[in-house]
Amino acid sequence: MERIHYKQEINMTEALMNRINELLSHYPEDKKKSALLPVLHEVQDAHDNWLSIELMDKVAEILEILPIEVYEVATFYTMYNLKPIGKYMFEFCQTSCCCLRGTEDLMDYTCEKLGVGIGETTADGLFEVRGVECLGACGYAPMMQLGDFYKEHLTKEKIDQLIADCRDNKIILHDK
Amino acid sequence: MKVTIDGQEIEVEAGTTILQAARMIGGESVPPAMCYYSKLKGSGGKCRCCLVEVAKGSDADPRPMPKLMASCVTGCMDGMEINSKNSDRVREARQSVTEFLLINHPLDCPICDQAGECDLQDLSFEHGKSKTRFIEEKRTFEPEDIGPNIQLHMNRCILCQRCVQVADQLTDKRVHGVLDRGDHANISTCISKAIDNEFSGNMIDVCPVGALTDKTFRFKSRVWFNKPYNAHRECTTPGCCGKTTVWMFGDEIQRVTGRKDQYHEVEDFICNECRFDHKDPADWVIEGPRKFDKDSVINQNNYTQKLETVHIATEEGILKGREQDRKKISMTAIPLDKEEQEEFKNGNL
Amino acid sequence: MSKKILLDKINVPGIKTYEVYRQHGGYASVEKAIKSMTPDEVVEEVKKSGLRGRGGAGFPAGMKWSFIDKKSGKPRHLVCNADESEPGTFKDRYLMEFIPHLLIEGMITSSFALGANRSYIYIRGEYMWVYKILERAIAEAKAAGWLGKNILGSGYDLELHVHCGAGAYICGEETALIESLEGKRGNPRIKPPFPAVSGLWANPTVVNNVETIAAVPWIVNNSGDDYAKIGIGRSTGTKLISASGHVKNPGVYEIELGLSVDEFMNSDEYLGGMSSSRPLKALVPGGSSVPILPADLIFKTANGEDRLMTYESLSDGGFATGSMLGSGGFIVYDDTACIVRNTWNFARFYHHESCGQCTPCREGTGWLEKVLWRIENGQGREEDIDLLWSIQSKIEGNTICPLGDAASWPVAAAIRHFREEFEYHVRFPERIKNRNHFVAEPFDKVRHLVSKQTV
Repeated sequence: MERIHYKQEINMTEALMNRINELLSHYPEDKKKSALLPVLHEVQDAHDNWLSIELMDKVAEILEILPIEVYEVATFYTMYNLKPIGKYMFEFCQTSCCCLRGTEDLMDYTCEKLGVGIGETTADGLFEVRGVECLGACGYAPMMQLGDFYKEHLTKEKIDQLIADCRDNKIILHDK
Repeated sequence: MKVTIDGQEIEVEAGTTILQAARMIGGESVPPAMCYYSKLKGSGGKCRCCLVEVAKGSDADPRPMPKLMASCVTGCMDGMEINSKNSDRVREARQSVTEFLLINHPLDCPICDQAGECDLQDLSFEHGKSKTRFIEEKRTFEPEDIGPNIQLHMNRCILCQRCVQVADQLTDKRVHGVLDRGDHANISTCISKAIDNEFSGNMIDVCPVGALTDKTFRFKSRVWFNKPYNAHRECTTPGCCGKTTVWMFGDEIQRVTGRKDQYHEVEDFICNECRFDHKDPADWVIEGPRKFDKDSVINQNNYTQKLETVHIATEEGILKGREQDRKKISMTAIPLDKEEQEEFKNGNL
Repeated sequence: MSKKILLDKINVPGIKTYEVYRQHGGYASVEKAIKSMTPDEVVEEVKKSGLRGRGGAGFPAGMKWSFIDKKSGKPRHLVCNADESEPGTFKDRYLMEFIPHLLIEGMITSSFALGANRSYIYIRGEYMWVYKILERAIAEAKAAGWLGKNILGSGYDLELHVHCGAGAYICGEETALIESLEGKRGNPRIKPPFPAVSGLWANPTVVNNVETIAAVPWIVNNSGDDYAKIGIGRSTGTKLISASGHVKNPGVYEIELGLSVDEFMNSDEYLGGMSSSRPLKALVPGGSSVPILPADLIFKTANGEDRLMTYESLSDGGFATGSMLGSGGFIVYDDTACIVRNTWNFARFYHHESCGQCTPCREGTGWLEKVLWRIENGQGREEDIDLLWSIQSKIEGNTICPLGDAASWPVAAAIRHFREEFEYHVRFPERIKNRNHFVAEPFDKVRHLVSKQTV
């Protein structure tokens, strides 16, 4: 399928390379490919949460595999973003148990408040609302994932607060 | 080891799969196979067309297997009893798989170059229904250009993954693969790169449907209007046998393919130079006509049977028109009367 | 209070840390196993315990362990399946988040039993913070000498690492998980060969759920026979149940198998009844893929016996009147819930999560979702209900892995028990326009519109 080619600045910092080498040490010498999923996570986190073709090529080079093997994997798993996305991505769980507890209403509320539709990024590039499948927090519904963390027992007030915190730069996205 | 398929016994070596055993017996018990390809390692198990019922596991453990098994990846056991064509359950399962394969298939056979040698056509002929129960919109993919020789038509693909295995096992740097997942999984290079490896053309031969076709043959002819001949040439590409089938239309070679057996598998893989670059009959030593299954549509225009003019009454009617209409068109027999002539002059007739 | 095996120390402050965990008797099973038992003796205890796989299929863990190929001489691996993604299930996350060392202790003891020198915990990518918790816990355990070379001077080496997925339900299937651990797409493999013969990197591998492995330390510390005394019949031990939906106290509970569904639902120790005054309508007892039960089959089986929280009692009556314990995802619905909408929701989930490798699942799950969406949105046709039944029966049993079955069972059960609701959706499209259509007007109030009447 024809895809749009997005450009990205690649910055493989020393800290990132150290982390990649640490991850590689978890697998036998000749099984570098095994580290692909964790390495893609690390690389994505360090590059505005998305992976360009060039970045995936770079990962292929580090793991000594073919670029297509990286593309195959990156397109299979839903957590890898292959195009630029909003900085704060509100990923609402929309599977049954969360729906029973009112996720759909909350998603509508959030979209309305941010002035976007589901899957769209706000004009300032800060927010994006998405519906995702079960995140494994059914008892704490409704909930969403923001960065590496879960925000559970959501209400409209909590969403307002979250949006305000994001705007004030008070939210930590990654647990490093 | 002894296995029984639809009541027919055969001795096989250990490690033989049920499908291979059935092919040794031949005939109607051979399960259809859309993804299995004996010359490709790791193929099979995906399309689920070749499901069979194992009525008896083996002499040692005679219990039947609860689920239908994919015959292409299930090994034979001594004393195994298998029902293929004989089982209603199997027939039903094959019908189901056929229906699933067709719901999102574009059914564009009239403009598809594979038509006439398509495994999916054969499968639908055998196990398909004439009506669809699928009223939703069909899934489509954005087209992708994968180079000057191979045409990728993703909408027709059944994801057998044979082409990926060809690239893995015959070429050294694979550039295409299966991307995305679920019902949007697709064959792609992701970056619209030309697949230009010397053996990449074999993807066309292994494709069971019209998803990968020969661009140099595109829309040139229906396959049954071609005359296939076995031919060979001195090929200098390492690994290429140079033995092909050339598809002729008059004195012109319109297409070159590998030599396919009765299960539509090539006998040997050929290189792109043989396939795409030698369309001059002088480049080839023609061995003689290539034979096909007696039921194959390719025999329609074959030299192995006598050519006779076929008279089809309706065809005559369509081409020539009705008798009374013809008289009007020819005009001499029924001249127009005066009024009509007037109308004709005014351009109203 | 029933017996707690996994969560008995969950309320100890600081149990997340190595020091507190060790002070409360942690890692005793590793000491006991390595110093005073042979690997085969550990396997034997687990076999005796009757512990069954807690991931959903309920296959006896000890038996699975005994299948591992020890003759080939290839390195062996233990992989812990922490790719918990069955809708309704969130017990493993609770265990790993709040008492991570229990899993690590279990991994060491189990790896020792299997003779595995390199083991992995495969955790789903969305649990990224839990991944970090486990990574730190492993580092603590390694620093304390429970991992690495020559553990406790026994000559036994073990390397344990966490590996994270990246959002794919299918990786909960053991062979897909292995593929994913090898850095590939999560396509389930064709079996045989089974992982016990050829798994991770073609080496013999055992894949076990988090909860299964976390139960091993207790079994080794006490005995298999002690474990088998808990529970009823072939359902031995305790089980974590994740409760969600319209209940008063959703959350994770450890129960002794054999507790009655009624007590679990209604006693204050557990779920405390419904979250509002609305009546119970349906129950999914074991995660989204098991059949849904209508209200009259929840507390009693079809032949009038009490329904118990055991593998056997929940599946009593087969799929006609029973369900399955599955992974223990206990989802409760009151009468505001719409079964059609819920079934569509599950169908969408399976459509989204199908790997696309084999035909019936790739094409069938999408078809199911589309037809259900039409019915739910008032564009259904009367024949669509039979069409759904036919599609699900064509997927079931014909796929490579159990995802096909998991996608068809909820649809089949919903039609089996709630056919009238589907008919209502088809016949009264204007009444179901609003997605909360049963909140103001529960189905029981309008049932007469679709029920057969004799004049």
